Amino acid sequence: MTSLPERPSPKRLGLVIDLDICVGCHACAVNCKEWNAGGVSAPLTDLAPYGVEPDGVWFNRVHTFEVGEGAEGRTVHFPRSCLHCAEPACVTVCPTGASFKRAEDGIVLVDEDLCIGCKLCSWACPYGAREFDEDVGVMKKCTLCVDRIYNETFAPEERVPACVATCPASARHFGDLGDPESDVSKLVAERQGYDLMPEMGYAPTNKYLPPRPRQRSAGCTGAAAALPPAQPAPQGLLGWLDRLLSR
Amino acid sequence: MHPALSVIIFSTTSGAGYGLLALLGILTPFDALSQDRIFGFAALALALAAITIGLLSSLFHLGHRERAWRALSQWRSSWLSREGVAAVATYLPAGLFGILWVFYGSISPIAGVLAALGAIVTVCCTAMIYRSLKPVPRWHNGWVLPNYLLAALMTGALWLAAVLQFFAPRPAVTLLALVATAATALVKIGYWRFIDGETATSTTASATGLTNSGPVRLFEAPHTSENYLLKEMGFQIARKHAAKLRRIALTLGFGLSFLLSLVALLTSGGLAAAAALLAAPLGMVGIFVERWLFFAEARHAVTLYYGQAAV
Repeated sequence: MTSLPERPSPKRLGLVIDLDICVGCHACAVNCKEWNAGGVSAPLTDLAPYGVEPDGVWFNRVHTFEVGEGAEGRTVHFPRSCLHCAEPACVTVCPTGASFKRAEDGIVLVDEDLCIGCKLCSWACPYGAREFDEDVGVMKKCTLCVDRIYNETFAPEERVPACVATCPASARHFGDLGDPESDVSKLVAERQGYDLMPEMGYAPTNKYLPPRPRQRSAGCTGAAAALPPAQPAPQGLLGWLDRLLSR
Repeated sequence: MHPALSVIIFSTTSGAGYGLLALLGILTPFDALSQDRIFGFAALALALAAITIGLLSSLFHLGHRERAWRALSQWRSSWLSREGVAAVATYLPAGLFGILWVFYGSISPIAGVLAALGAIVTVCCTAMIYRSLKPVPRWHNGWVLPNYLLAALMTGALWLAAVLQFFAPRPAVTLLALVATAATALVKIGYWRFIDGETATSTTASATGLTNSGPVRLFEAPHTSENYLLKEMGFQIARKHAAKLRRIALTLGFGLSFLLSLVALLTSGGLAAAAALLAAPLGMVGIFVERWLFFAEARHAVTLYYGQAAV
């Protein structure tokens, strides 16, 4: 059924991505590919992986942007994946019922056995979350690692999406964004987390945290403004030669 | 947006078929056309063949053609599904209308009007598939629905005028083709002016949310070669080629079929027949080129993450 759930649960699982912390290492994208190439969405087809123009299905991509001009300019690494929207047009445009939004936790999924590969859902998504798998002939997308987050064979701390588990900088957080008391919701409130392209009206679940204002001074560390020269000025014959040659 | 040949052939060919079917279904019961059985067979066969070829062509766009029937299930939410249901449902009154006319010589106004209604609804659904997509502002606007409806009326009327030349030419139908061609061209020019002047709805800043720190530019793409998103949604056509193709659609397509229809209207006999028979395929060429441009000139919001400044 591609109509949205009539009585969705208040639970809205999703990600919070901290653009202030992300270092752009692509580990989240690589671990996503690694996990999902063997999970429920397998295979994530690669075309000419060792060729001149490698291509393939990925659920997570890290873009890098330059923001501001001159001395004010800064680099922002920007991981992009499915936002598990509250109003996902990718679901409602689906003609077959393959795309659906789960009532119990808000995760948007594709039933690959029903998908006819018409690609309309990828047209309907402004965020580029859906990719067509040419070999399998169906659309694929981020599952929020449903096969990890509810996996009881994992230790509780490992029941997070692969991208979150692997982030070496802890720039990615997973949790229930429908619960105002959850850690992720508090983080969003504290850091003024925001939606991507709110003008589309898709009400994304995932939130992004903005880069913090740039720090202009070392301030509180107590360090001196400038360090003393590393070597004392030479004395005697060497000092005389140094002065002579420095003229 | 990538101009997929299967989808363009579908909407242009089926569009002409539905236009022709709608005109036959509405005009025949009022005796505005020939009620000749052979004319009925020829015109309805042409309409249904165009519709069927178009629908079959659309299947080539799918990754799993054998599951196409599943697309009939989600008409509650999906315009693509509604289009499928309307297309299949239209065959019933159209078939009945044809059988009664060709085999029994009886014109059923109810079957005719129902077939026409089905044809119009199907074309509306096709247009709404594009009209409803917010990530493509050049599709998500009020020009798209009239564009698709008029294109179907124009090509349907041109073919009807052409087929009628073999039976009983009707100046009113040729005049309708003439007016529809002019109206389609005007709406298309209006659409082109609109997309050339539109103000962007989304920018790289709104796509990344980096709205307070000055201009946002792509510094490094996530991958070195093109992926599905760029091949499907990042298709770009050079402005000079777009301008040239617009001129081709306007002159070769709309202009020539308008002039030839005018010749068919003002003359008679062989010259009128030749002009009407040439006007119909030229009109199709015009619609085909404008439909190709409709895709090629459309920009998708996902390109904002790949260096496009605004869509």
